[in-house]
Amino acid sequence: MAEQALSFFLLREPNIRMVVAGVLLLSLISALVGCFTFLRKRSLMGDAIAHSVLPGICVAFMLSNERNPLLLLLGALLSGLLAVGLMEYLSRRRLTRPDTALSLLLSSFFGLGILLLTYIQHQGDAAQAGLEKYLFGKAAGITSADVELLGISAILVVAAILLLRRGFTLLAFDEDYARAAGWPVALLQLSLSVLTVWAVSIGIQAVGVVLMAALLITPALAARFWTHSIARMLLLAALFGMISGYSGAFISYLAPGMPTGPWVVVTATLLAGFSMLFAPRRGVLARWQTHRNNRNTMLQENILKLFYQLGEKSGEERHTVLEEDLLNQRAFAPQALRRGLRKLEQQGLLLHRLHTYQLSDEGLREARRVVRLHRLWELYLQRYLHLAPDHVHDDAEAMEHVITPEIEEQLEQLLQNPERDPHNTAIPPKA
Amino acid sequence: MNANDLIILLTACLVTLACVIPGSFLVLRRMTMFGDALSHAVLPGIVIAYLLSGSLHGWPMLFSATLTGLLVTLLIETVQQKMRVQSDAAIGLIYTFLFAVGVILVSLFSRQTDLDQECVLYGDLALIPFETRYAGLPGAVWTTLLIDCALILTVWIGYRAFWSSTFDAGFARASGFSVLFWHYVLMAMVSLATVSAFESVGAILVISLLVGPPALASLFARTLTQMLILAALFGLFSCILGYLLATGLDASIAGAIATVNGLLFALGVAFRKILSH
Repeated sequence: MAEQALSFFLLREPNIRMVVAGVLLLSLISALVGCFTFLRKRSLMGDAIAHSVLPGICVAFMLSNERNPLLLLLGALLSGLLAVGLMEYLSRRRLTRPDTALSLLLSSFFGLGILLLTYIQHQGDAAQAGLEKYLFGKAAGITSADVELLGISAILVVAAILLLRRGFTLLAFDEDYARAAGWPVALLQLSLSVLTVWAVSIGIQAVGVVLMAALLITPALAARFWTHSIARMLLLAALFGMISGYSGAFISYLAPGMPTGPWVVVTATLLAGFSMLFAPRRGVLARWQTHRNNRNTMLQENILKLFYQLGEKSGEERHTVLEEDLLNQRAFAPQALRRGLRKLEQQGLLLHRLHTYQLSDEGLREARRVVRLHRLWELYLQRYLHLAPDHVHDDAEAMEHVITPEIEEQLEQLLQNPERDPHNTAIPPKA
Repeated sequence: MNANDLIILLTACLVTLACVIPGSFLVLRRMTMFGDALSHAVLPGIVIAYLLSGSLHGWPMLFSATLTGLLVTLLIETVQQKMRVQSDAAIGLIYTFLFAVGVILVSLFSRQTDLDQECVLYGDLALIPFETRYAGLPGAVWTTLLIDCALILTVWIGYRAFWSSTFDAGFARASGFSVLFWHYVLMAMVSLATVSAFESVGAILVISLLVGPPALASLFARTLTQMLILAALFGLFSCILGYLLATGLDASIAGAIATVNGLLFALGVAFRKILSH
């Protein structure tokens, strides 16, 4: 096993070299192109194209009666583009909904492909052997000619993307703006379609019809979780694609009989799953963490506010409050209240003695800040949005937690350093 | 035409019927790609049930495929809502993954079974008559007949719920129907239709049966009932045409039916254009 793994990593056999180079190049190309179809929210287009190149391959074979890879590629390109054109026509003329057009063309083209393929096979022509690899894909069958083709394609795709990056980006994010700004939108769309069809046509014989879609979608999806910049997304997608390509080739080398394509897809999906869970900011865990932090901050600020209000009532700002009284206020669920009190005590904002709590100096400052923001916002709503005084509280309840010092300053200037809020209670002065 | 041809044609018609029923709702709800995804993604479920029970028919298969179908639906919705992935990419991510797992399972166990990759992608209707027969008809026919009855019964019982949740989800909710529940019922129906079609037409061409006849029907139908009936009729018609084409060319029947579905739709579009002029 170790010996085998070593011989894979050292690329000892020429056959491994071909397969690894081919799969890496293919993953690179499709990940790059896939980023733009993903951002245009047309990921399933890749799926449809992968299915619809089959009749073209068959027709090219029937016309030439030989398995010339270039001719078959040409056939694939033509029938892929025809399908894309028909899809556009059907959805633009509103003859069907876009999703129906996609499914219908995908299945009809593929059906025609199967019809022609079985027809050719039943003719018993010897030259047809190997045509079925376009269905399931056979990465082990990648030849040096295929690698050359993939290499040239990779250079072309990278060059095209470098050249048209701005246009493609505009197309993905704001098609209407691109049109209004005078970009040749139709031409850009066409070139993106050509690139996609090209990537699919050269990739299909390595990974097969169904899994080709994954090479376009999954690395782009994984990359999107890590960054907001399109350049970084392209690089990451290429990296993810190539990692999965390499692992797929490795696994199918170690376990003969294991197909490469499905393992590439499984690895890519695992990478995507990892990204969805653990990516900073957009990942599920990160979002969950932020959510929890926000909830805690809000809880703590609300408790401080309650202390301040109780103090206002009693006339003594740092009023000592019984734990029981706090619970009787019923403003918080008992469990949440205890958690909040404990946190505030740890931060030194509250002083805890036996069953009583009192604001510390720092706690008082913080409580004043929150109450001040709340009341400033209420006043702002009343003066500038002309809301009735009994309608301003709920909104302020949310805004008090998010107003930054800069906004606070602006509010002060707008309201000319007010002293009283709409309910005629004092606004605590700035610390 | 001998008895075997009749059995093939009967199977094709029954399978088509099973597909156009949920398919019509998929077309109306703009969810056809969901159906496409589901028909690929139940593959691991089918392979596992096949490995456990040793048969492509019977309760284990129906149960496992329906379960997988619901699981796939749940997975896609989770990725969409919890991970906030756009719907097209979520569908693409999940179904390619499950299909890959299915293919890996097939190649792991291909020595023990006669389930091969080709069967997965495009089953063979021509082999149906040579299956074990029960009461004179192959197992596939009985399973499909059972599924047909179940699907028709479900639509009959839930007609109002389907109707309202398809055209006006808000109204459905106000009338007391759980839109989510009926969504899952529909997905279970698609899974069942996929199982019925799996062996005879394979995972990929299921989508043609799901979408083709209903899309054609939607060009002409004015009510939901009309749409369902027209879709069934068009489906049967394309089965017969496809069968004739395939026997004429000596090629795959499933492929021929899908081709005919595409051609009929093109004719339908042309016909509509002429009508509107």
